[in-house]
Amino acid sequence: MSPLLEFRDVTLRFGGVVAVNKVSFSVEEGEVFALVGPNGAGKSTVFNLISRFYEPAEGEIIFAGEDLLRHPPHDIARLGIARTFQNIELFEQATVLQNLLVGRHRHRKTRAWSEVLFTPAAREEERRHREAVEKVIDFLDLQAYREKYIAGLPYGVRKVVEMGRALAIEPRLLLLDEPASGLSVEETQDVAFWVEDIKKQMGVTVLMVEHDMHLVSAVSDRVLALADGKTLALGTPHEVQNHPKVIEAYIGVADESEKVLA
Amino acid sequence: MRTVFKTSYDADIDYFRHGMHAFWYLALLLIMIVLPFLMSPFAIGEVTNVLIWSIAGMGIMLLVGQTGQASLGHAAFLAVGCYANVLLQNAGLPFILSFPLAGVIAGLAGVALAIPTTRLHGIYLAIATLAVSILADDLIVVAEPLTGGINGLLAPTIEIFGLPFDRYGTPGRFYWLVLLVTVLVVLAYRNIQRSPLGRSFAAVRDSEISAQAMGVNIARTKAVAFGLSTAITGLAGALMGHFAGIFNNETFTIIISIQLLLMIVIGGLGSIHGAFFGAIIVALLPQTISTLRDGLGDILGTTIRVPGMESAAFGAILILFILFEPMGIYGRWIKIRTYFQLFPFYRKDMFRRQKSYLKTERMR
Ligand SMILES: Nc1ncnc2c1ncn2[C@@H]1O[C@H](COP(=O)(O)OP(=O)(O)O)[C@@H](O)[C@H]1O
Ligand SMILES: [Mg+2]
Repeated sequence: MSPLLEFRDVTLRFGGVVAVNKVSFSVEEGEVFALVGPNGAGKSTVFNLISRFYEPAEGEIIFAGEDLLRHPPHDIARLGIARTFQNIELFEQATVLQNLLVGRHRHRKTRAWSEVLFTPAAREEERRHREAVEKVIDFLDLQAYREKYIAGLPYGVRKVVEMGRALAIEPRLLLLDEPASGLSVEETQDVAFWVEDIKKQMGVTVLMVEHDMHLVSAVSDRVLALADGKTLALGTPHEVQNHPKVIEAYIGVADESEKVLA
Repeated sequence: MRTVFKTSYDADIDYFRHGMHAFWYLALLLIMIVLPFLMSPFAIGEVTNVLIWSIAGMGIMLLVGQTGQASLGHAAFLAVGCYANVLLQNAGLPFILSFPLAGVIAGLAGVALAIPTTRLHGIYLAIATLAVSILADDLIVVAEPLTGGINGLLAPTIEIFGLPFDRYGTPGRFYWLVLLVTVLVVLAYRNIQRSPLGRSFAAVRDSEISAQAMGVNIARTKAVAFGLSTAITGLAGALMGHFAGIFNNETFTIIISIQLLLMIVIGGLGSIHGAFFGAIIVALLPQTISTLRDGLGDILGTTIRVPGMESAAFGAILILFILFEPMGIYGRWIKIRTYFQLFPFYRKDMFRRQKSYLKTERMR
C-alpha cells in the first residue's frame, strides 16, 4: 500500500538558511508519526510546506496519491489535511463555537446567495455543521467554553480549541505542531489520551512535532529526527532516542547553550 | 444571569436566543412601524435619515467590521447606487426594479475593485480605496451628459404600484419604505453572520494564515465581502438620493467616505448594533450642534457662526472614542449589560485583550 503522505528530497531555503535540506520520509495511513529535533531544525517548516505556505526549491510532496505542489493553500483542508500552529493561530474575535465551525468550511456545500437568504437547504446544512462540531466539543470537553471569545481564554484552553478546530475538518491527516508545549503535566496527559483516541477511534493519521519525549514515546509509532534541516534518524521512539547522531545533535545544542551561558 | 438551555441546534441558529430577546426586538419594530403616527413630518425625516445611514453603515460594517478590510472609498459606492437607480428610473424602469438593480451594479463595482486590491492590506488598502473615492468624484463631473456633472440630477418621485413615495409629499410612506429596506438588510446581515459565509469573513479578519489552512479561499472571500458590502451601500445610496431630492458629485465626496468609516468605529466595529449607534450620532450630530449653537446664541444674545464646527465636533468625538472606548458605543453597552448581569461579580479586566504574537513570529 502506498503511504498517505510522502516527502521526496524536499529542499527549502530562506536566503542563505537551508531550512529543509533534501528531506525524505513517508507517513503510513493510521500511524502516529513524530518529528523531533532541536529548535530551528525545520520541523514547523515541514508543516508549512504541507500547508503550501512555502514553495519548495526542490522535491515532491505527495498526499494520498495527489501531487500537493499542484494545489493552492486553500485546497489542502479539502484534500483532508488539518493542522494546528505552534504559536496558536485562532480567530481571536470569535467564539470557540465559531472557531470550530470555521473548521467545517471544507464541508460547505451551500452557495453564498443561499446563505444570505438562509434558505431551508442552508439551515439544514447549518444543522449538520453544528452537529459535527458538538461532537468535537464533547470529545475535547469544551462545553464550558463554547460561547466564550478566544481573546479571553487561557493558553491551555486555546491549545485545545485549536486541536478541536482541526478535528472539525474531519481530516485524514492531522498535523499537530507542539501540541503539549506550555501545558501542565495533567494537560499533557490529556493530549496523550486524545492523540490515542484520534488514531484508534477516529482512524486519523497523525503527524506531530513535539519536544516532550515522554509524550512522543507514549503515543508515536515512528519518529523522524531532524537537525539543521537534515534527516538524522528514523525509527521507533526508542531507536531514535538512542541514535548516536541524535544524542550528538542534542548534546551539541547543550554545548552551545553552555557556551552562551559561560 | 440568564442561562439558556439549548434543546436543539436550531436554538443556536435562530435569530433570537430566547423569547424575551425576540420580544424586545419585535417591540422595537412595532414602535418603529407606528412612529409616523406619533411624530412630526420633520422628525420622521430625521429618523428616515438615521435609517438610511444605518443601511450604509451595515454595508461598510460587513467589509470593515466583519472581514477586517479597510475602506475609505465607500462614498463612491453610495454614488454608484444613487446614480444607477435614478438613471434606470429615468430610463423608464419602475423603482422596484431600478432599486435592486442599483444594488447589484454597486456590488459588481465593488467586486471589480476587490479583484486588483485583495492583495493589499491595512493602510495600503485604505489608500487604494481612498483613490477610488476621489476618482468617483471626478468621474461624476466628467461624465456630465449622464450624471449632470456639478449641476447634479433630480431624483424622480418613487412610484410603487401606482402609489407615490415622496420624502416631502408622503414622508410617512417614504419612511416605511426605508424601514422595510432596513429590516431586510438586517435580516440578510444576520443570515450572513450565522452561516459559513460570515464565519469565513471573520476568519479572514482574524487570521488569513489559518483561514487558508481551514480551506478558506482568501481572494474569493474578500471579493464576496466587497461585493455584498458595496451592494448594501449602493442601496443606501439610492435611498439617499431620493432623500436629498437633488444630488451631485459633492453629495458623495471623500468626506462622506471618511464619515462612514468613523461612524462604524464610533458605533462599535463588528456588530449590527454598532452600525445603528454610529448612524444615530452621524445623522443627528449636525442637528444637535445647530440646536446647541442656537441655544447658546440666545443666551449670549448673538448668533454664533463657527465654520467647520461639525467636522471639529465629529473629530473630537472620534478621538475620545479611540482613546477611551475602542470598542465603540456597542462595546460600552455590552459592558454595562454584563455589569448588571454579573452583579456583583464584574471584574474590571474582563474585556481586556490578551497579548498576541507578532505576525511574523506566528507561523514558526
Ligand atoms: N518565514 C521564515 N523566514 C525566514 N526564515 C525562516 C522562516 N521560517 C523559518 N525560518 C528559519 O528556518 C529554520 C527552521 O525553522 P522552523 O521550521 O521554524 O524550526 P523548528 O524546527 O523549531 O520548528 C530556522 O533557522 C528559522 O529561523
Ligand atoms: Mg517549530
